[in-house]
Amino acid sequence: MNDKLRQLEFDPRLAGMLGALAAIWIGFDFLSGGAFLTPRNLWNLSVQTASIAIMACGMVLVIVTRNIDLSVGAMLGFVGMIIGVLQARLLPELIGLEHPATWIIAVIAAIATGAAIGLFQGALIAYLGIPSFIVTLGGLLVWRGAAWWVTQGQTVAPLDGRFQRIGGGATGAVGETATWAIAVIACAAIAAAMHYARNRRRSFGFPVRPTWAHIAVMLAACAAVIGAAWVANAYAVPPGIARRLVEEAGGTWPAGGVFIAHGFAIPVLIAIAAGIATTWLATRTRFGRYVFAIGGNTEAAELAGVDTKRTLMLVFGTMGALCGIAACVSAARLNAATNAAGTLDELYVIAAAVIGGTSLAGGIGTIAGAMLGALVMQSLQSGMILLGVDAPLQNVVVGGVLVLAVWVDVVFRRGIK
Amino acid sequence: MKPKLVEMRDVSIAFGGIKAVDRVSVDLDEGEVVALLGHNGAGKSTLIKILSGAYRADSGEIRVRGETVDIASPRDAKRYGIETIYQTLALADNVDAAANVFLGRERTTRWGTLDDATMEAETRKVMARLNPHFRRFTEPVRALSGGQRQSVAIARAIYFDARVLIMDEPTAALGPAETRQVGDLVGELKRQGIGIFLISHDIHDVFDLADRVAVMKNGRLVGTARVGDVTKDEVLGMIILGKCPPGAEPGPGAEA
Repeated sequence: MNDKLRQLEFDPRLAGMLGALAAIWIGFDFLSGGAFLTPRNLWNLSVQTASIAIMACGMVLVIVTRNIDLSVGAMLGFVGMIIGVLQARLLPELIGLEHPATWIIAVIAAIATGAAIGLFQGALIAYLGIPSFIVTLGGLLVWRGAAWWVTQGQTVAPLDGRFQRIGGGATGAVGETATWAIAVIACAAIAAAMHYARNRRRSFGFPVRPTWAHIAVMLAACAAVIGAAWVANAYAVPPGIARRLVEEAGGTWPAGGVFIAHGFAIPVLIAIAAGIATTWLATRTRFGRYVFAIGGNTEAAELAGVDTKRTLMLVFGTMGALCGIAACVSAARLNAATNAAGTLDELYVIAAAVIGGTSLAGGIGTIAGAMLGALVMQSLQSGMILLGVDAPLQNVVVGGVLVLAVWVDVVFRRGIK
Repeated sequence: MKPKLVEMRDVSIAFGGIKAVDRVSVDLDEGEVVALLGHNGAGKSTLIKILSGAYRADSGEIRVRGETVDIASPRDAKRYGIETIYQTLALADNVDAAANVFLGRERTTRWGTLDDATMEAETRKVMARLNPHFRRFTEPVRALSGGQRQSVAIARAIYFDARVLIMDEPTAALGPAETRQVGDLVGELKRQGIGIFLISHDIHDVFDLADRVAVMKNGRLVGTARVGDVTKDEVLGMIILGKCPPGAEPGPGAEA
């Protein structure tokens, strides 16, 4: 039986997570009388998950090396303030208000600032040997304070119009045609990548999945992509905004109105791109191999000639860069930079990684799992809001689920040993 | 005269004032097996960690084929063809056999990404020689038995054309059948001209495999001897009492 599952490359942990997510979704839909599994709610859920999911990608790498980063929420707040001031106060004076390049400069500045902070903290951890818990606990206070300092606590708003699209909303989606195009390209890419990997293993004479399982997995993945595209395209832009869009395009608003679909939200596409890029980094590069080797046995990695200190610093740098991207998404979504942005995010990000199967003992974790973990947590919160559960009770439930998820994981790991 | 394959001369290292290795000199020829013996804490492992680049000697000289070399890191040691199988095996438990064999020396594709398929194929080839029954190539090495893990560690050492092999307590964790396998392997590598340092605290493990023995006590070299010139009991006397028998060449650590 075990051999058979091994041959299928069946991942019971991923299957369990998907099962739990399905149970949560169906449960909330039942309890809310069909209000949960609507295109609108699912679309909003995906947008609300994006920022945490982006940071969770980096947190997996950090935790895999047996470290922790408690400063991600504060970094997000600080970077958000920097790019808020940059695009609302500095750039309008230098290049003019609503300049087409504003959003690009802001995004690059966010990634660079985040990466610089991450590399700095990583250097303290790797080269000076200060525990990451302490360095990033200090960072939590420092960057939160620094975020206040940028404007003496003032909120910066509004932000650049093009930049706002990064955060989602009616204008922050790619529309119907592009959504179908992305879905088709994604399916083709999945099929091609799976086919290539299988053929390569076969050319070396390694065992591969049976053909039926290979095709079943491929079809399931493509069905998920097509389903997501269908849901995103079933969510209509509200009539008021739709009318403005039609009139801006030079058309006239018909009496019965028109159906304009949202399509995939831009922040969700950014999160998925970040997930794919980080997964590639973790599984296909030397850097990723060293990250996991350090997590499994730091001494062994050193004896094998791996520069463990440099790798560790780069891990924190990657985490910082991802915080910069998340800062763009969350500031754009609010259309404002506030010094309180990202408060408690560090806990949600760590929880997402851990629910997603990342072991705090190091060496084990997947990006996809962490992103699913972020979705599970956001689903719980959104569902409880739909049901009108009080905010304090929401925290109680999320906290309980975190502990329960890790307990199940511990039991599961013992089971496979 | 042909230079020795490896020569360590008057090597010393201290940790916090305690001389873990004190002016020790040992050498090794091609195709020769030298057993480094001594109690736990005698300084054997520390001495070989200097040769493998894990520690840096405070003083002394290391020569490889007559040339003085500076070994500052494990990477340097590997560049001179010095490979080490540590007592702890030094495996990353959470990744598979191929990832461990190639750790730090990964094969990459022309785009600079990891070439896992080639690495797995090469690992399968070298493992077929070492342990023909080994099948679990895609699982983390944590799931493997002690002997299988040992095979992975050995594969890592010999795959990259080692000229000098250091084996630290190679049979300590193994059953009789696996111990015999390691013995056969030592013989085969010796025939290929590889010089081997065998580290052990148990003389019975290594006496039949070694050409020479070097005995350490309290960080100092008691003496070296050809296996044919001394008896097991005499070597035991060197290990326990630090007494150098007539057939051995005394070192600075020999009791008067």
